[in-house]
Amino acid sequence: MGKKSMSSSISAFKEKKPGPAAYVSTTNACKLCTPLGACLAFRGVAGAVPFLHGSQGCATYMRRYIISHFREPMDIASSSLGEKHAIYGGGPNLKQGLRNVISKYHPQLIGVATTCLTETIGDDVPRLVKEFIQEYQEQGDAAPLPRIVTVSSPSYHGTHMEGFHRAVRNLVDQLTVPGPPVDAVNLLPGLVSPADIRYLKEILTDFGLRGIILPDISETLDGPQLATYRKIPAGGTSLEDIAQMGRARATIEYGATLKDQDTAGTLLAERFGVNLFQIGLPIGLRETDLFFSLLEMLSGQAIPEKHELERGRLLDAYVDGHKYVFGKKAVVYGEEDLVVGLTAFLAEIGVQPVLCASGGHSGRLKTAVAAVAADLLPEMPEVRGGVDFYDIAEEAQNLAPDLLIGHSKGYHLAKQWQIPLIRVGFPIHDRFGGQRLLHLGYRGAQQLLDRLINAVLAKKQDDSSIGYGYL
Amino acid sequence: MESTIFTERADQIHRKGMEPFQIACNKESLAGAVSQRACVFCGSRVVLYPIADALHLVHGPIGCAAYTWDIRGALSSGPELHRLSFSTDLQEKDVIFGGEAKLSRALVELIDRYRPEAAFVYSTCIVGIIGDDLEGVCRRVAQEKGIPVIPVQSEGFKGNKRAGYNAACQAMMQLVGTGNTAGISPRSVNILGDFNLAGEIWIIRDYFRRMGIEVVANITGDGRVADIRRAHGAALNVVQCSGATQDLAKMMQERYGTPFLRVSYFGVEDMAESLYAVARFFGDPKIMARTQALVRQELTALYPRLQHYRRALRGKKAAIYVGGAFKAFSLIKAFRLLDMQVVLVGSQTGTEADYRELAEICDDGTIIVDDSNPLELSSFLQEKEVDIFVGGVKERPIAYKLGVGFCDHNHERKEPLEGFVGMLNFAKEVYTSVMSPVWRFLPRHHQAASDCPPSGGVDHDNTRPPA
Repeated sequence: MGKKSMSSSISAFKEKKPGPAAYVSTTNACKLCTPLGACLAFRGVAGAVPFLHGSQGCATYMRRYIISHFREPMDIASSSLGEKHAIYGGGPNLKQGLRNVISKYHPQLIGVATTCLTETIGDDVPRLVKEFIQEYQEQGDAAPLPRIVTVSSPSYHGTHMEGFHRAVRNLVDQLTVPGPPVDAVNLLPGLVSPADIRYLKEILTDFGLRGIILPDISETLDGPQLATYRKIPAGGTSLEDIAQMGRARATIEYGATLKDQDTAGTLLAERFGVNLFQIGLPIGLRETDLFFSLLEMLSGQAIPEKHELERGRLLDAYVDGHKYVFGKKAVVYGEEDLVVGLTAFLAEIGVQPVLCASGGHSGRLKTAVAAVAADLLPEMPEVRGGVDFYDIAEEAQNLAPDLLIGHSKGYHLAKQWQIPLIRVGFPIHDRFGGQRLLHLGYRGAQQLLDRLINAVLAKKQDDSSIGYGYL
Repeated sequence: MESTIFTERADQIHRKGMEPFQIACNKESLAGAVSQRACVFCGSRVVLYPIADALHLVHGPIGCAAYTWDIRGALSSGPELHRLSFSTDLQEKDVIFGGEAKLSRALVELIDRYRPEAAFVYSTCIVGIIGDDLEGVCRRVAQEKGIPVIPVQSEGFKGNKRAGYNAACQAMMQLVGTGNTAGISPRSVNILGDFNLAGEIWIIRDYFRRMGIEVVANITGDGRVADIRRAHGAALNVVQCSGATQDLAKMMQERYGTPFLRVSYFGVEDMAESLYAVARFFGDPKIMARTQALVRQELTALYPRLQHYRRALRGKKAAIYVGGAFKAFSLIKAFRLLDMQVVLVGSQTGTEADYRELAEICDDGTIIVDDSNPLELSSFLQEKEVDIFVGGVKERPIAYKLGVGFCDHNHERKEPLEGFVGMLNFAKEVYTSVMSPVWRFLPRHHQAASDCPPSGGVDHDNTRPPA
């Protein structure tokens, strides 16, 4: 099978033009706030209840935002701070909230994320939680004490992705313990869809690998109809599995912009000596090849025939569809790592990404984009981190894109420019089935390709007065 | 089964007929209880949001602006500046050194870019903590740019949504009285508390037009700054939505002597009574005659079309959980018109008077609840074997996971539910959910059927098996 080209010829990169003036205000943000990411990560742990230490609105807004995408219950508890707590400290409310969540939800884990309010009034959440645990044990309450993981996630620091990764890191930091080796491979997928996670599980199983995927939202945010209501949805990474992650054979961590950052992967490597393989999100052929070759190495098995066939069908579809999309200009936006993966895929099929944009600003987006696409693209795209949709619109105006690829919030631009939007990632608020969109692997690339080509064909058909029956 | 009700919340739940009326409300939400409520900022934002030619700048970190971007489906017949999301996107250094300079520059930049008629600057939690002088910045920018720049004191933690409604009314009160009232008819009203979801205010405006009454300002659906500035020239404020804009009506009564009427445009009874109340206020027989003709005409068209839904929905059980209690009254009446039974009614921010009044019009056994949460709501839905739940987005997955039908009566609705036509849409929406065949296949219903053999009481007219 093909190996990923390691050439990352940054020399092919365009010189950064003197960009448009940096605006002070943000118009139509292309990012979400830090604690939302933390809540999503906590939702992927078995028996967990995400808990926001802050005012009631944060929890309610985020619930609404997440529910509109996944169409699943998303309970986020809140310490519901009022004015006097903001002045005298939120400790008593935090403790009362934890007690109430324990008594009604019987969780195995409560994931406490902070908000701007509690970070700024200076609540020391780890200390408060330690006190709470001590008090709870002394009182000998009936309900067993769950694990409580804390994460600092003020909205004024980073985006939802920083919140997500920090929550995953802290889960490992606070729950993983030493012990004898286990025959498992850790997989840290980042924020991908429930369908993606189900597919990743299938792949690992087919390679005969026991995977520990953290977090695992495959069931918790895409659950079945049941005879009775579950207070906490089934599924999620078990606490036992998280405890064992330090003894796994290796960690695979997705995220081209996470290199050398303080992540769960690097923590497992540094504290427990677990071999870390940081790769980009496996989107498109070559990034997926890289992932599968890692699995071949870790399992000692050749790629299972089923997946080899899927790869073959994907290549076959690349050929069948290549003329429809070659030279089409695309604007790609969203989370940085998703943008990198999508750009890798687009470059492979001959689409020209003209603008790669993100509200995230790790400072590593440009290098990561170059690494996956520079050898394929005749011309490198503009790469802009830390932008909003106003910047994106302004930048893209002169680029005359044919396609937009990203989440629902770019729809207003698609409508204005009358070009198709291929919806990917989070959030999908204006279409059905966002939780079931597949992005990763050969199968995900196949679906992305089908959707992208069909969007181009539909546009061609709609714009034509002839009414072509064959396209 | 263990109770899903927190001891601390037991007094916020009332079961009609089982105990003397008593309910606690207007309390801070219980920590850890997963309240369905939002915050002060949310209250202000939803009220002011539909003012379409104003700039709405959220001063704070990005979340508050991101989660309220184009959230309400409040339509505008002209400018659509309200549909954009503006934030100062405060960063760590702003929190440490203060956000005033950034706010000032952001305001100037956005006012220059969009030339709005006014700007509202929303304070968020963090601004209340770091102590930015919002008023000072707004005053300076207003002077520089020559438009009203109005601070909205909506720090999230300073109370609940109702405090936010009040902050929004205070903000609007700074506009009212600054416009020219020349040429306003003595037979004129302001429409308060309608947000033009799915074009609803246009339906109501059309009714007033047919009655021969001038509408001065829409507050706030399809709202315009210039109209609000001259709103004090109207003869009457017609106030829907008990919580959101009543404070403004009271302030206008105090300062300008403008009387106000509380109305509701949901359901046939309340819609008709609202129009009659306005007609009575003006005491003009011509207006009354036109109103009677209007109601007759609308009802003649509506009633025959309702019968089909009514037959299908007879005896079905409904649950209501809404933001403000006012809507609950109209919904109860609307369900009665459809021969349906309301078994649960609750709100996020009702007052004791609201709940007392609700208890009076409800049937025995009905659960009345203040500031509920998913655990309680799910247990009530199961206990009462509800067929349709009316609420907002956050309530929807609770209903669906329980295999219960759902009707969105909140910001995201796309069909007008106000006015006489709204009653038809409402019936259609309830019917569309309740009568769907999908419920037949759900595990809950299979289980219920096997628990209780479907020998007696099966309604064969019914596409849904008995729960």
